[in-house]
Amino acid sequence: MQKAIEINKLMKTYKDGTQALKGVDLTVEAGEIFALLGPNGAGKSTMIGIISSLVNASSGSVKVFGKDLETERQAVKSMIGLVPQEFNFNMFEKPFDIVANQAGYYGVPRQEAIIRTEKYLKQLQLWDKRNTVSRGLSGGMKRRLMIARAMVNEPRLLILDEPTAGVDIEIRRSMWQFVEEIAKQGTTIILTTHYLEEAEQLCKKIAIIDHGEIVKNTTIKELLTTLDIETFIFDLDRQPDQVLLQTLNAEMRDECSIQLDVPKSQNLNQVFKQLDEAGYAVISMRNKANRLEELFVKMINNKGAVS
Amino acid sequence: MSHNTWVGIKTLLRKEVTRIVRIWTQTLLPPAITMTLYFVIFGNLIGSRIGKMGGFDYMAFIVPGLVMMSVITSSYGNMVSSFFGAKFAKHVEELLVSPMPNWAILTGYVAGSLFRGLFVGLIVTAVALFFTDIQIHNVWIVLSTVILTSIVFSLGGFINAAFAKKFDDIAIIPTFILTPLTYLGGVFYSISLLPEFWQGVSKINPVLYMVNTFRYGFLGVSDIDLTVAYGIILGFVIVLGGFSMYILHKGLGLRT
Repeated sequence: MQKAIEINKLMKTYKDGTQALKGVDLTVEAGEIFALLGPNGAGKSTMIGIISSLVNASSGSVKVFGKDLETERQAVKSMIGLVPQEFNFNMFEKPFDIVANQAGYYGVPRQEAIIRTEKYLKQLQLWDKRNTVSRGLSGGMKRRLMIARAMVNEPRLLILDEPTAGVDIEIRRSMWQFVEEIAKQGTTIILTTHYLEEAEQLCKKIAIIDHGEIVKNTTIKELLTTLDIETFIFDLDRQPDQVLLQTLNAEMRDECSIQLDVPKSQNLNQVFKQLDEAGYAVISMRNKANRLEELFVKMINNKGAVS
Repeated sequence: MSHNTWVGIKTLLRKEVTRIVRIWTQTLLPPAITMTLYFVIFGNLIGSRIGKMGGFDYMAFIVPGLVMMSVITSSYGNMVSSFFGAKFAKHVEELLVSPMPNWAILTGYVAGSLFRGLFVGLIVTAVALFFTDIQIHNVWIVLSTVILTSIVFSLGGFINAAFAKKFDDIAIIPTFILTPLTYLGGVFYSISLLPEFWQGVSKINPVLYMVNTFRYGFLGVSDIDLTVAYGIILGFVIVLGGFSMYILHKGLGLRT
């Protein structure tokens, strides 16, 4: 399969001596939605900055669809769309102008730029706001505007740096849907996010970066199999007493809900049996959607513990 | 130049022109008001007592200088505010991530500043027509000087904006360097009125060459040699243009 990104021994040392990247090697295959996770200051934004030509690398190489960033920079740039973490558009301009101008910078003639601008503003539900001064848009609209702007050159590689930060769940889910749709059309996507549920939902592959080094690069499925404990939430018919909590080694989640960690080796029937014997009825049960989060915290705190 | 690059330059120029027109009360109106006051005070009230300067009425003498002063201020101001604003609000990244070559980015911004400089120059010339008749001795000298001077100060504004870290940094050079150079650059007087020593000192000032060449285009009189003047102006275009390209290539003040 064609490689969308090949990063070799990428290093970045800032003027103040901070080593943001310490020889990163990373490959992303074409057509993937690839998650890049890491705590604040891990080096994610530096890596994205280098790929998108906003940060100068100290050494190492980056290839995008086989084109070398150093020697064929214009060609590489023309294949990338970037949605940065911070709002970086002119707040005094209108969404229509922001998106259409971006198309122009990529060499898209005006007539075609206008057609594409309409297409992406409509897809991201911003068409009604096309002539509103951008500073008047809500946070979610501003995020969607940056996605429309990044899509207008119809990039082969879309980089989304925390695209859903600060947006409500409804908009987040509609953005996930949009990302999945464009991925189906063949666009490779690199996603950094703090919402680990988002990575679990959208991506098949994941790299975890910490202190400028890739500490894990695998599939999400494989990563999750390394978890030996699952967390479940049981909604009960009444408030549990201390005896039950001690018996199950559970903790209260809210008035009638308990949360407990169950080793994968343990049969869940045993939990149901204990609840039944204590006289509690289970109204509903769900898996706590923080599996990746647990693993992430574990890896960052103790790199050697998970391999 | 590839078609894509040409589209990019046109887009950047369109964006700049739209911005200039949108905020016309900040970009186009103030020079018209300021220069009207100059014409009233220096031309009409004081100028009538000064008499002839360089063989012409004082009002006719200062018109080219005042037009050039407004072109210089507007070209520099446009570039420094637009580019620093883009850098400060980070939307310069729209250009830095795009495949536009560095020279095309610079050309787009310079073209925008040139537009504002020339537009303001036209406004001031139109205002001057209310106060005096304007003759043109050589239209090509007028056009070439005003365009080249506008480019020089646009490039100067670009360099200032690239290194500026806060808004104070873009006010220092216009206040402490540009304004004194312009006022001492023969806008209001002929340097032949100065003692020989100060005439020599004045000749270090590059604005003197621009103002005098421009004035020659209108009146046919100049304090300096035109060949030297064109050499100096073109020299500034090359040096400042080269340094601006170096800034973009290295990403100085733009990329970390």
